[in-house]
Amino acid sequence: MVDAPYILEMRGITKRFPGVIALDDVTLRVREGEIHSICGENGAGKSTLMKVLSGVYGYGTYEGDIVWEGEVARFRDIRQSEASGIVIIHQELALIPELSIAENIFLGNEPRTPFGSIDWSAVRLRARELLTRVGLRDDPDTQIKTIGVGKQQLVEIAKALNKNVKLLILDEPTAALNENDSQHLLGLIRDLRDKGVTSIMISHKLNEIEAISNSITIIRDGHTVESLDVKADGVDEDRIIRGMVGRVLENRFPSHDGSGIGEVFFEVRDWTVQHPLTAERLVAKHSNFTVRRGEVVGFAGLMGAGRTELAMSIFGQSYGTVLSGQVFKDGEEIKLPNVSAAIKHGLAYVSEDRKALGLNLLDDIKTSVVSAKLSKIAPGGVVDELQEHSIADAYRKELRIKTPTVDEGVGKLSGGNQQKVVLAKWMFTDPDLLILDEPTRGIDVGAKTEIYGIIRKLAESGAGVILISSELPELLGVADRIYTIFEGTITSEISAKDANPETLMKSMTSDKNKKDAA
Amino acid sequence: MTDTAAAPKKSGGIRDLGKMFGGGQSSVRQFGILGALVAIIIIFQVLTGGKTLEPGNVINIVNQNAYVLILAIGMVMVIIAGHIDLSVGSVAAFTGIIVAIAMNRGGVPWWLGVLIGLGIGALVGAWQGFWVAYVGVPAFIVTLAGMLVFRGLNQFVGNSTTEPIKDDVFLQIGGGYLPDPNLGIAYNVPTLVLGLVAAVFVIVNEFRMRARQRKVGAESAPLWVSIVKVVLLSAVIIVAAFLFAGGRVGTSFPIPGIILVALVIIYAFVTNNTVTGRHIYSVGGNWHAAELSGVKIKRINFFVMMNMSILAAVAGMVFISRSVSSGPGDGTSWELDAIAAVFIGGAAVSGGIGTVIGSIVGGLVIAVLNNGLQLLGVSSDKVQIIKGLVLLLAVGIDVLSKRSGGRSLISRFSRPKKVSAADENMTYPLNRPLVEPDGSSAEQSSRPSSTTPNA
Repeated sequence: MVDAPYILEMRGITKRFPGVIALDDVTLRVREGEIHSICGENGAGKSTLMKVLSGVYGYGTYEGDIVWEGEVARFRDIRQSEASGIVIIHQELALIPELSIAENIFLGNEPRTPFGSIDWSAVRLRARELLTRVGLRDDPDTQIKTIGVGKQQLVEIAKALNKNVKLLILDEPTAALNENDSQHLLGLIRDLRDKGVTSIMISHKLNEIEAISNSITIIRDGHTVESLDVKADGVDEDRIIRGMVGRVLENRFPSHDGSGIGEVFFEVRDWTVQHPLTAERLVAKHSNFTVRRGEVVGFAGLMGAGRTELAMSIFGQSYGTVLSGQVFKDGEEIKLPNVSAAIKHGLAYVSEDRKALGLNLLDDIKTSVVSAKLSKIAPGGVVDELQEHSIADAYRKELRIKTPTVDEGVGKLSGGNQQKVVLAKWMFTDPDLLILDEPTRGIDVGAKTEIYGIIRKLAESGAGVILISSELPELLGVADRIYTIFEGTITSEISAKDANPETLMKSMTSDKNKKDAA
Repeated sequence: MTDTAAAPKKSGGIRDLGKMFGGGQSSVRQFGILGALVAIIIIFQVLTGGKTLEPGNVINIVNQNAYVLILAIGMVMVIIAGHIDLSVGSVAAFTGIIVAIAMNRGGVPWWLGVLIGLGIGALVGAWQGFWVAYVGVPAFIVTLAGMLVFRGLNQFVGNSTTEPIKDDVFLQIGGGYLPDPNLGIAYNVPTLVLGLVAAVFVIVNEFRMRARQRKVGAESAPLWVSIVKVVLLSAVIIVAAFLFAGGRVGTSFPIPGIILVALVIIYAFVTNNTVTGRHIYSVGGNWHAAELSGVKIKRINFFVMMNMSILAAVAGMVFISRSVSSGPGDGTSWELDAIAAVFIGGAAVSGGIGTVIGSIVGGLVIAVLNNGLQLLGVSSDKVQIIKGLVLLLAVGIDVLSKRSGGRSLISRFSRPKKVSAADENMTYPLNRPLVEPDGSSAEQSSRPSSTTPNA
């Protein structure tokens, strides 16, 4: 294997977005016929790198070279990269639910009869062939929506095989699969390797990576940290974790000694939530947690672990269906059937996706700031614009939102300043419990530090804060206490002082209790 | 802070003029469409040799278009919330026939007739609002059904015949004028008084607003802009007052115009200054964010649909009063005129953007165009073609100039030169790109978005 030539080399790839460098001089070398895994925390740049490779970010939008089969490739879009044999399968599958398996496999690529119409017999025949290759025995005429996610994943691979794939990129292929389906899929990827298909796999499940990969490239904060040969370097999960989280913790967090922490005032018991579309999938399983006054509680977990789902389902049942559970505040049970009830009870939720869920980008700053509790400045239903302006302006000064005036549209602000507007919006509701979901995602370091300061200040003023974050240094630096969540289950609770990235990552990637029990 | 604060000042005049409309995000578009209205008026004034701005014609324009403009008020709120209402013409006709029959055959007094009409509008609106807000059927479908159902009901109830209206008071609603005290002046005095009051109100309001803005340190337009604005506006009002007052004896500012102006003032206030108004914009702008801010989306959707039907009922009553009868073909294609007015007036098809005033200006553009072409003797087939192209052009220019997150044509001249990186990269929630700068969020965001929709 070591002797096989490199089929792909990405040399010195740098990708900039306005205000952010997503990839900085990243190098990736993949040998022909291997399974190469890319590891890194959320936001490290894995997906961006794959988008550069597959032409989603076309040639010219990045710096550096992609050398594919010995020649510099200049993919301008996905079509061109696919024509060269590079096929990417995204985490969110790109299948059309209403169409059949066969129709999906040949979508955009339909075999034609001499008259130009679709050759349906050829479609079925070749579909059956491809399905056999991926080990799927379903009828090609079955509608996609009637088969499970595991099988859908296989259909995606069949679709890729139809395109004569040489390099298959799988982004979190097993994230939505159960154990059985995952094993089957991994087996298939191995089979394909033996038949000469090279694969790049992105996964958070380190045990899978360890089991299947020939080599691993670790990315952190947009930089290549290291490339490892699994066998030669004797790589195990701990080794990968060390590379992913790094050892250097910069001193960019506000100091806190836990002195202002009061009594438990908020408690969730036995909280179980069902996925809105897939009834058998539970996104939160019998979760229990508490928050004290003046405390910042961290929720650690990988993407898809169910942190957002847990938070949103508590915040006025904004997600899924709550099957069981109770919420207590100041010792009394409270009911939160909708968002306005949650706001009335002093809850606030700052969404991880500010553009889609946090802000109306058509609004100006002052309108956004007061939007979650308009009643406060609207006696008799008429908005007091004098107050609106002065309140928004006070927040502008307090949070140092960089804008000439609060009459400016929020869509024109940078990510960090938009996030400050969202924070102001929820501070304006006078929350007792502030849930912050990835509050620093996509924000530059300077603004991050400011936001950490705001979070600590809020806690010091007596509010409880839940901090959901994928950045372990952030959790360790800001939180007082951390819960880890894995696949909807709270797997551990640990004081931030006693925690380190390695132990956290362990509880985030497996359920120790479950293993012990089994 | 200080360096960016200095930037807007450099751009000067045109941007400041945009503030005449409050300086909001859609004010620039409205500024453009108001300019178009003025241009059209001037063009037709020249082409018709002065007939366009004759008192009789101006009164005529108001009378002929009041009901469509009333519909446009409700329609813009529906469109801001992200819906559409195709049923307004049928609802107006259905209300009309019932009110006509109730008064004519049932001997109901005029005021009860009006109340019955409003009640019908409310019931119809509740029916359609229920389907849109609580069942989750798209408004396009619900109101397409309503268009058929209420047209049919109009013809069923009225037996497809025309019902005359005889009540003198009711006939004033659509055909009446301000009283003429006959003081021996060539002008109608109440109309002039009304104009004067309006002009004073405009002036006082502008300077009160400036005082308030100063008090809170808000950005306010330069003084000269305010003065130009006030002088222009009050001049237009006074000239208009003289026009309306100077018509044939017995005519003055028409009652439908008064109903229209009253509704415009009320609804401009509701949309701009009340919690309900804010919520309508937020639902249309980004209903996910609105829901997570505690806005009761269903209630808002129900309200805008119901409100639309009530205004359709008002329009229907104004119309039957003006035409002295209610017939089976009343209100045909009104919905299209109202929708066109709203979009010409700067509303966005995707919701979240639009104003009552803008829609009225948009409606007036169509009205003056219609009227001018008729005065010129252009046949109705050509009038339709021209109206269609004007709609396409008005919205097309706007779409083209904002393509792929770019800035609108007008705002390119009127906004500060300095563009922040975020501005260029800005995307509206409805057409978010597949790929987000911060790599991971695109995949993850689809998860919370898949919560149960506002159905």
